[in-house]
Amino acid sequence: MTAILDPGAIAPRLEAAVPGSVRSRDGGALTLQPESLDAAIRFLRDDPELDLVCLAQLTAVDWETHFELVYHLQSLDLNHLLLCKTVALDHEAPHVPSLTPIYRGALLQERELFDLMGIHFDGHPDLRRMFLWDGFPGHPLRKDFMGMPGTLRAGLPGFPHESGVNAWPVPGSVSAPGAPPARPGGAPSRPQGPQT
Amino acid sequence: MSGQTQSDPAEPVIVNLGPQHPSTHGVFRIKVALDGERVQDAEMIIGYLHRSMEKLAEERTYTQNIPFTDRIDYLAAMTNNLAYCMAVEKLAGVEVPPRAQAIRILFAELQRIASHAMANGTFANDCGAWQTPLFHMFRERERVLDMFEMTCGARLTTNYMRIGGVAFDLPDELLPTLREFLHDMPEKIGEYHDLLVGNEILVARGRDVGKISAEAAINASLSGPMLRGSGVPWDLRKADPYCGYEHLDFDVPVGRNGDCYDRFLVRMEEVKQSVRILDQLVDNIPGGPWLTAVPLHLQAPIGEAYARVESPRGELGFYVVSDGGPVPYRFHCRPPSLINLTALREMTIGGTLADAIVTLGSIDIVVGEIDR
Repeated sequence: MTAILDPGAIAPRLEAAVPGSVRSRDGGALTLQPESLDAAIRFLRDDPELDLVCLAQLTAVDWETHFELVYHLQSLDLNHLLLCKTVALDHEAPHVPSLTPIYRGALLQERELFDLMGIHFDGHPDLRRMFLWDGFPGHPLRKDFMGMPGTLRAGLPGFPHESGVNAWPVPGSVSAPGAPPARPGGAPSRPQGPQT
Repeated sequence: MSGQTQSDPAEPVIVNLGPQHPSTHGVFRIKVALDGERVQDAEMIIGYLHRSMEKLAEERTYTQNIPFTDRIDYLAAMTNNLAYCMAVEKLAGVEVPPRAQAIRILFAELQRIASHAMANGTFANDCGAWQTPLFHMFRERERVLDMFEMTCGARLTTNYMRIGGVAFDLPDELLPTLREFLHDMPEKIGEYHDLLVGNEILVARGRDVGKISAEAAINASLSGPMLRGSGVPWDLRKADPYCGYEHLDFDVPVGRNGDCYDRFLVRMEEVKQSVRILDQLVDNIPGGPWLTAVPLHLQAPIGEAYARVESPRGELGFYVVSDGGPVPYRFHCRPPSLINLTALREMTIGGTLADAIVTLGSIDIVVGEIDR
């Protein structure tokens, strides 16, 4: 059975090796400061007692005020798993250091997050859209992106760049590729209950 | 970009493999830069099948999301159902009755047989053993799909697992059919081994092609037969057992060279091990309920859960976050097909174009899972 590592036990050692790297250790996760993420993850990977050689999974959650990056780090020899997190505090232009120099496995998972959530990974060698075409307006997995009509969680009525017109964009219809979508001024950041 | 009209002979020729090409196993495109027959660079272009399931799932209840998981990896729908249901069960603290656990393993292993039949058949296709092995293997896959149909009415997108168990009990005719299937399988597997293992075509096309070392495979987060083909005995059924795999006796086959042929051998051997698991299970399915009573509009407590299973393609995980509402706040699938493609570029550069096709075949991608 894979052991789940206790972040409380690892945090002091990590703090000793990389001072100022631990942000919090609550909720079963070791939350790291994005500034020293690279050094901290390198320590977790190279420390023989931790041996977290494999990035099992990488994803992100949009908490509307900030983004939370979620990493599951796995040791194959010692068979334990650590839930690591970091935050991207700037919701408009989120960026965190890329893990690709440490784990090659982050390559496509970070590209996916760039595409669907608009998180920039500093130092990623090939940060481009992956599923959607260049110039697609906005990032669909963000909570302020358009919600589907008639469903349980209401989102914006239309695409962020549009003025109240709910239409799907077609490739080439957007003049400025890569331009960040403008946030509508008066739109509530949090949906106000179902609109069904 | 079309290099064929260029006058400079040093200019690489750009060739598009796919998106519509039999060897790309779906709408998957690789742009290769060729110097003669040698691959200089390979860039994959994906997204043709992107349906934005993770966004859609944030707007539907936990139960309504189960059919999406079928369509993520349509060649292993049962396994996908299982992984998602396990994640929600972990999040909501739902106990699964022992009978449901046994039924889940049963169908997960049948699905592995069906999926590996497809993988090995199409791999032989890519190597040049055109269609004959594939159609032989489809014979067994067909019998597995018949068993799915008699249990849940669907053959491909099964939608069979539920949060807290499975949707229906096993029909009376299933276990006799399964026993007959298991009785025939050793002979059929022997037939495939005679036909394919050591076959000149497969050895010539697969040996030392698309090699990747164990260290590189771990660093690139590869999983499943890709990782085991490189000699790493990592199987979540052994390493992090779920649904009672810890009580079953089976081996984890590994390769030695990390090449395409080894991955093929690992899959062949895994079919044998799946039959072994089913042999132990078929007469030992406990009685009792097959589904815990879970509210249809389940509201999971605030929190997060990551559950993972060993799908035929590797580590399939679901990460589900709840904010206490009726729908998941975040729904993420860790797709083994996509992450196994991380190593595609390294494995194909320097080889021939024909080897790139074999390498892609040996990864066993499902485009529905890559694009989601």
